[in-house]
Amino acid sequence: MTITQILFWALSALTVFSALMVVVSKNPVHSVLWLIFTFFCISGHYILLNAQFLFIVNIIVYAGAIMVLFLFVIMLMNLNESSEPKKNRWLRMAGVVAGGCLLLVFVAALKNIDIKKQIAETNTGDIGLIQNLGQALFNEYVIPFEISSILFLSAMVGTVVIGKKD
Amino acid sequence: MPINYYIFLSIALFVIGIIGVLTRRNAIIIFMCIELMLNAVNLMLVAFSKMHHLANVAKDASAGIDGQLFVFFIMVVAAAEVSVGLAIIVMMYRNIHSVDVNFLNRLKH
Repeated sequence: MTITQILFWALSALTVFSALMVVVSKNPVHSVLWLIFTFFCISGHYILLNAQFLFIVNIIVYAGAIMVLFLFVIMLMNLNESSEPKKNRWLRMAGVVAGGCLLLVFVAALKNIDIKKQIAETNTGDIGLIQNLGQALFNEYVIPFEISSILFLSAMVGTVVIGKKD
Repeated sequence: MPINYYIFLSIALFVIGIIGVLTRRNAIIIFMCIELMLNAVNLMLVAFSKMHHLANVAKDASAGIDGQLFVFFIMVVAAAEVSVGLAIIVMMYRNIHSVDVNFLNRLKH
């Protein structure tokens, strides 16, 4: 077992465990912290796949910016366990069963696909480096890049309009 | 690593996100589970891009780079979505003093 495999299995186990803890935690602040941990684990997967640009963007944008926004909103509302509403046990069980059925369908459908033997290259390959991604982004993907700036502008205007006290 | 390990890991994360959306009532937790599903898809896209790169590197040196750029754009859209969504949740808290999605049934009456 090589070190890459050991890292892959350890990171996978941590990712799935912390994702479960996001759903299970009663306190919303704990949920956010577990979600940040999940994002760090997924970033570890990215660096295992040698996608260095996405690794750093995932940490800065997701674990940094988006999760801080979530924490701010939760602390603004002063939520804790006592404010968590009681939920019907049967409804909760129905949700879990529905999710389990979806998992079953996915696994059954993808168990015998013909790309199963292909390898996702780890540790090597230079398409994930910032130089190559930047060249592709500013040559063939320059129009979507500019459109995303308009998207950001409209999201900013929308947030201000919605959040304004009238 | 074989690609099917990544496929099953992403499926597991995605299904955990779905279960969270179905079982929790707190609007913020539901939102976080949506982020989890987006990240599962991102991981899948990166793994597929590396698989495609390895299979086609002889023909095209930058094969598979589109997958990683799509992940970048998904992150851009997710950031915009989170800002608007959290503004809506704050608005909802201001109006009904709760983030329980079960109180959002005004259209039913």
